[in-house]
Amino acid sequence: MSKFLEVTNLNVTFPTQDGEVRASNEVSYSVDLGETLAIVGESGSGKSVSNLAVMGLHNPTRTKITGSAVLNLANGPVDVISASAETVRRLRGKAMSMIFQDPMSALHPFFTIGDQIAEGWHLYNKGSKKDGIKKATEMLEIVGIPDASSRVHDYPHQFSGGMRQRAMIAMALVNNPSLLIADEPTTALDVTVQSQILKLLKDLQKEFNMAIILITHDLGVVAEVADRICVMYGGRIVENGTVDDIFYRPEHPYTLGLLNSVPRISDGQSHRLRAIPGQPPSLISLPSGCAFQPRCEYSSKVTSGACNSTVPSLSDKGSGHLSRCHLDVADLNNLVKDKA
Amino acid sequence: MFTFVLKRLAYTIILLAIVSLTIFFIFDLIPVDPARLVCSKQCTPSLVEANRQRLGLDVSVLEQWWRFIVGLFAGRTFGEEGIAITCAAPALGYSFSRHECVTTIVAEAFPFTLSLALGAFVLWLSVGISLGVLSARKKGKFADRAASVFVLVGTSLPTFITGILVVLFIVLRFNLVNPLELGNWHNPFTEPLGWLQTFFFPCATLALAYAATYTRFTRSNVIETSSEDFIRTARAKGLSEKVILRKHTLRAALAPITTIAGLDFAGLLGGAIITEGIFGLNGLGRLSIKAVTQTYDLPIIVATTLIASAFVLIMNLIVDIAYAYIDPRVRTT
Repeated sequence: MSKFLEVTNLNVTFPTQDGEVRASNEVSYSVDLGETLAIVGESGSGKSVSNLAVMGLHNPTRTKITGSAVLNLANGPVDVISASAETVRRLRGKAMSMIFQDPMSALHPFFTIGDQIAEGWHLYNKGSKKDGIKKATEMLEIVGIPDASSRVHDYPHQFSGGMRQRAMIAMALVNNPSLLIADEPTTALDVTVQSQILKLLKDLQKEFNMAIILITHDLGVVAEVADRICVMYGGRIVENGTVDDIFYRPEHPYTLGLLNSVPRISDGQSHRLRAIPGQPPSLISLPSGCAFQPRCEYSSKVTSGACNSTVPSLSDKGSGHLSRCHLDVADLNNLVKDKA
Repeated sequence: MFTFVLKRLAYTIILLAIVSLTIFFIFDLIPVDPARLVCSKQCTPSLVEANRQRLGLDVSVLEQWWRFIVGLFAGRTFGEEGIAITCAAPALGYSFSRHECVTTIVAEAFPFTLSLALGAFVLWLSVGISLGVLSARKKGKFADRAASVFVLVGTSLPTFITGILVVLFIVLRFNLVNPLELGNWHNPFTEPLGWLQTFFFPCATLALAYAATYTRFTRSNVIETSSEDFIRTARAKGLSEKVILRKHTLRAALAPITTIAGLDFAGLLGGAIITEGIFGLNGLGRLSIKAVTQTYDLPIIVATTLIASAFVLIMNLIVDIAYAYIDPRVRTT
């Protein structure tokens, strides 16, 4: 059974004067309709780059993309990586849609919100200008903008940050896409607004039966909405599992590090926040072994020294929970217990 | 919006009053006595005084200015009953070197200046913007490099060089325009071909430098706008590159060009001295340079200076109003 989107061995490299930047390295993930996949990682881990490749939004003259990203549409599968630019353009907005981090700069300042939403609708639907605005008003009502019929004529600068992101969502969903890629949709927003937007996305997912890919560095956001999680580091996926897998049974030291650097108040005890020491790797010259090895506190426990020499494979150690570490899961758990 | 325009209009009028008053004070300081200039060879002090009174220069600067303002609206009579000359409103003064009302002189010169400025404006905007967009789209390719050569040539060649080259080769060498016809006025509506003959080459000469600057400006604006987030959003919607360029990129990239285009155009409406001089066009620029360097005709200098500054101020107002229509963020603030 194939899922709606299947990304396999996706490589995205940017040739620069200093060398090739391997922003996305043998990345594979999949997401089905009605499912939410969260891709978590720090800046430069390759999470946005991979998904911009799926949307076909990279500049083809400045990017090298290999691998495949297959959309299993009703009328047959399409690999958006090998398909022509025109084919992919006709999938954008309808089969797949994207919302971005900063809703202020992502909306055109000179056009009304209604015009910008209607513009996408007119691409795939026949109708008058009036019909477009009517549809835009409808969409604004769906995403919870009060007094939508008059706000539809407003310009982006007349909207607050949260409302702008709602308008962005309305714009992305106007053609009822099967896949929505949300690139840090709440990062630029107030905490109170963040959870409203997440709830909205969740509700709309149920209503439209969409596949959602949520790109974020915020584990709190992930816990709220995701079904599956991919953790990315240095352009590679280092762990892939369900929310419970990642939060309660992490198998990769980087995931552990991420979880430790989030404050927890749930168990009533006070913990010291433990930051991951060191800096993320340069994507031009990745370490020859595991990309996380220079920052990993457990790499010395792997006696074979494999961490320095070979990139660990992304292996399934049971029940579809994948991780990319030379250390055995049981050993890792014991080491963690010893520390605590 | 209406109160905004009204407010700006009031500012413009006040500014014009201040500018004109300043011009009067400056010309009062110039050590040239018009009353003596118009005096014949057998000049006596009493004749000079009579001239002074006839020219309306026997009162204080403030009084002169006030009479000028009143004359603008009500017309004005110079001299005593016997030799009185009446200039109808809007009277800009009386030229003692040409013995004519300044308004009449200006009205004769203005069509030349307007034709030159408007023709050049249309040329440089169309050439500059299309070349700029082309070169932004083909960044680094042959078309972009060719455009950058054009920019280099256009910005580094001064008008007095290109103008003379154009006259030498196109007009005199290849006889595309009869040299005796150079600078003749033709009504563009009744004799469009004659008008084109007179104005095409001057307009092209004047437009060259502007077109080069506008090419560079458009190119950098289009490139900068293309990397904006909202262009990525437009692409994510599934819009075609053509629509993205024409609707989304150009709208944002060309907005700032409105401002400089309006002001550049206004500057030329005051007279393009060099181009008018080279091509023998009797426009405002030639009129004022002659008044300044040859005839010391103060009323003409006052009038042309005021007209030039009025154009700049009025164009500023128009640009501001236009900008509010283009950029909605300006409207609410």
